[in-house]
Amino acid sequence: MIALVMFLIFVGTTLAITYWASRRSTGTTAYFAANRKITAWQNGFAVAGDYMSAASFLGIAGIIAFQGYDGFMYSVGWLVAYLTVLLIVAEPLRNVGKYTMADVLAYRLSPRPVRAMASLSTLVVSTFYMIAQMVGAGTLVAVLLQGIGYNTAVAGVGILMVVYVVFGGMLATTWVQIVKAILLMGGTVVLSVLVLAHFDFSFGNFFDAVSHVTYTEGGKQVVRDFLQPGLRFKPPYGALDLISLGMALILGTAGLPHILVRFYTVPDAKTARISVVWAMALIGSFYIMTTFLGFGAATIVGRDTIAVNGGTNMSAPLLAKALGGEVFFGFISAIAFATILAVVAGLTISASMSFSHDFYTNVIHRGVERKRGEEVFVARIAAFVVGAVAILVAILLGPTANVAFLVALAFAVAASANLPVIVLSLFWRRFNTAGAVVGLATGLTASLVLILIGPGIMGASRALFPLENPGILSIPIGFIGAIAGTLLTREPRAEQKFDELFVRATTGLGAEH
Amino acid sequence: MTSDDRWKEIASSEEFKQLVRAKIRIIVPATLFFIVYYFALPLLVGYAPQLMERKVLGKVNLAYVFALSQFFVAWAIAALYLRAAARFDAMAKKITDSEEKR
Repeated sequence: MIALVMFLIFVGTTLAITYWASRRSTGTTAYFAANRKITAWQNGFAVAGDYMSAASFLGIAGIIAFQGYDGFMYSVGWLVAYLTVLLIVAEPLRNVGKYTMADVLAYRLSPRPVRAMASLSTLVVSTFYMIAQMVGAGTLVAVLLQGIGYNTAVAGVGILMVVYVVFGGMLATTWVQIVKAILLMGGTVVLSVLVLAHFDFSFGNFFDAVSHVTYTEGGKQVVRDFLQPGLRFKPPYGALDLISLGMALILGTAGLPHILVRFYTVPDAKTARISVVWAMALIGSFYIMTTFLGFGAATIVGRDTIAVNGGTNMSAPLLAKALGGEVFFGFISAIAFATILAVVAGLTISASMSFSHDFYTNVIHRGVERKRGEEVFVARIAAFVVGAVAILVAILLGPTANVAFLVALAFAVAASANLPVIVLSLFWRRFNTAGAVVGLATGLTASLVLILIGPGIMGASRALFPLENPGILSIPIGFIGAIAGTLLTREPRAEQKFDELFVRATTGLGAEH
Repeated sequence: MTSDDRWKEIASSEEFKQLVRAKIRIIVPATLFFIVYYFALPLLVGYAPQLMERKVLGKVNLAYVFALSQFFVAWAIAALYLRAAARFDAMAKKITDSEEKR
């Protein structure tokens, strides 16, 4: 009940933001890039809000609550990944591009083939990631709000995200993400303080409890040290899977289209840089606090109780209930919805922008808008279609679908297909169209195939490829594809234009305002 | 609009080359360092579990301390880069200003 009220307050606030934004979002740059007037702290919060999905808030708390230390390894990777964004990608991307990731590739390469491939890769990453979030949302709502079914919940989330994007564009999406980031940080701080208070504010007591967590396994009571690695990533392939996961996170984050487009909403590269540092402060603090969320749930609520009350994903909400009663449970649940909504809105806008700007305007109509405002119009329709497809697929998959592999897939494609071609087009003069197309295609195919024949889909015993995370193999394949494609052909025009791209990327001369 | 030849001239100018060298001197070592430091964690946790399970602070083991240190190292690298980048901005501004005056 309380959860429902708080959720409605959030929905009301975000709809008001959308209405406010819709009156300002006139024109293409306003709709796609919030007029490039988002400030550094605002974009930092929005990046954090776009990035910290239900998978991190609920999923990581759950993995740490059930498998201890190994879950914290995800937390580490999710922050360190931003160094790639900060040091290598954010500023050149802001200086060179206009609305989408593909702008960087199309700058000196043949625009139609590279935009078509980049758009395909963007749509794959965004829709798969979105479906994972929507299935998670549906399951959660069904558990948290008694009386609302899975299908209703999925449709509700889908309709809201489409409304934000279609009417409010990038400005509304940004502010939904900022509000969500503030709520998520606030809720997590309060929850962490309550966990510490439970242990009399003594880290000694806290880690004492973490070092002997009691639960039932195979009908027997066991006591384990939850700080000990290896409860999730077990031999023989655990260590390799861990490294592979690390590679996908470190290189994938800087290739996630919905994160990259955020840097076009700020006035210049310097603001983009400072916004990444803001995001790192928030994201890092949040993931350090997953220590208290996850281990707190393991010690205070206990694995056995969580398992019969909705499973791993309910760890954080159940911890809130144990420490702060029904009201706080409602508050944390509402934050979980807000989290999902903000992330899916970000995914929807980046997917629809890529379809409209890259595919419709630049591939089909060769870069010419036939009518003023056509690009925004097509993006709005695309957002509607993307939303409808995501709702439909999430309902067809149903609440019991295993969606963890979809998240792994999104990061693998971002790291294996998108990142290699972005980096090579920015820093390698010889790089050309064939290299970009082959690199995107091989990175995308390798990720898809290795996930399909991996344990996530075929089951651990029958899998042809033993790792859950294909990065360790698919990332080198993506790079090799891009380099091989380049070396097989020559494109003098692309090499000539490298000076222009490189000067612009490095100095910001000629960047979009 | 800047012409093809003009871009080439800027690219081969001493000022621009200096900026690129200054950036490389910071960004390349910073990137290599964070990659080595980060991947040391899964490598050690995966292949030297006995070492990482050693208790270093009460009940807290080396694995957790090392993982936690990653956050502070990442923040430190970001802070150092932010400082260095202020210098890059000044160098870049010289180039863009003289270009816009032309």
